[in-house]
Amino acid sequence: MPNSAVLHPLAVRIAHWLNAFAIVCMLMSGWAIYNASPIFGFRFPVWATLGGWLGGAIAWHFAAMWLLMANGLFYLLYGVLSGHFRRHFLPLHVRDVLLDAVQALRLRLPHQAGSYNAVQKFLYCGVIALGVLVVLSGLSLWKPVQLEFLSNLFGGFDFARKVHFAAMAGIATFVVVHLLLVALVPKTLLPMITGLGRKSKSVT
Amino acid sequence: MSEPEQPSRKPEKIRLADHRTALMKVERRLLLRSSLSLGALSLLAGCDLQDNDKVDRVLWAMSRWNDRVQAVLFRASKLAPTYAASQITDPFPFNAFYDEFNAPDIDGADWRLEVAGLVRDKQPWTLARLRSLPQADQITRHICIEGWSAIGQWSGVPLKTFLQAIGADTSAKYVGFKCADRYYSSLDMPSALHPQTILALDFRKQPLPTSFGFPLKVRVPTKLGFKNPKHVVALYVSNDNPGGYWEDQGYNWFSGI
Repeated sequence: MPNSAVLHPLAVRIAHWLNAFAIVCMLMSGWAIYNASPIFGFRFPVWATLGGWLGGAIAWHFAAMWLLMANGLFYLLYGVLSGHFRRHFLPLHVRDVLLDAVQALRLRLPHQAGSYNAVQKFLYCGVIALGVLVVLSGLSLWKPVQLEFLSNLFGGFDFARKVHFAAMAGIATFVVVHLLLVALVPKTLLPMITGLGRKSKSVT
Repeated sequence: MSEPEQPSRKPEKIRLADHRTALMKVERRLLLRSSLSLGALSLLAGCDLQDNDKVDRVLWAMSRWNDRVQAVLFRASKLAPTYAASQITDPFPFNAFYDEFNAPDIDGADWRLEVAGLVRDKQPWTLARLRSLPQADQITRHICIEGWSAIGQWSGVPLKTFLQAIGADTSAKYVGFKCADRYYSSLDMPSALHPQTILALDFRKQPLPTSFGFPLKVRVPTKLGFKNPKHVVALYVSNDNPGGYWEDQGYNWFSGI
């Protein structure tokens, strides 16, 4: 294929799909756990939950959390050590994010395979930060006594539930936007499976 | 700036007709893939620890792995946070696997705590004799597996003191509890010996009300609420895991916090 190049290295693709599976499990089982004692005035529909009952949901949540954490650590280490983050996510400037966001909202921001615009960089960095937040707040809920400092950091057990929920909501929103964009630009899907794609000519 | 490019020959025109079969293949593959993953998810959604299929066995195995990790994370000297009397949750919620009016009505004068298993002295205990042992008091947070939490005040005999009084083999692995309401549960020995684990006789300085477990409730502030059995009638020390009412249905056995 002319201009064909590895858009997503194997490590990123493996981490992406493992993470996709783990996130879906965590979201759906988490919603079931939330339903057992809602902190806001609503429940998640049962069809969107995983585990069948509270015990099953918790078993899913505390099984998938190991995949989420191990895969997340692998991805972060890979991203830092290989220079993947530096190459693709940096530099990141507020001004560029705002400019590109305006372009994106006007649907005038072209997709360029192989390089990220400032909005993409911001969203990917943001969702990584939310991932760290959701794991840390989750650990503080799992072990509010043994990890008391973490529980205190998130304002105590009851407030940590809200932090955990907010981080989840942010990640779920990212997933929705991410899937919408893949639906709008379907040619981005295959490279995340095969790794291969055509690099866009850079625009002057 | 544009990157230097090979001076291009005019690219060949791409005609859809030339690639139709390849595209169809990709499309079919993608459809297959997405229907497979959707199907997989709907299959998984039925896995709830209740039927012994493959996924359930993985979930149970992960739960046993979580038991081991939590036993390592548990520190015997780490105390659960304590609170001021003004922070006690009022009213304190009732919770059980039955409605409040079904809580067992127990006559304190007839009640005995049976003792069994790996202990030297198996004589049953009366309430008066339990009250003659040293007592400890705590205001701690009760955290339910459902996610809610409430602060309460419990007092009674430290379980460690009681285990010493009955000459229990504290090198054994488990302490099991049986309750008047068919409930049962168990603790790992390190949690049983934790200074804040008590055989609670009082709630807010008054004998436990019926709904909170009269006459004896095990209070373990380093465990989730369901590991705090109420209306306890028997205690035994064992090297075989006694399990528990919820634990045997799928709640994680260790459930430390």
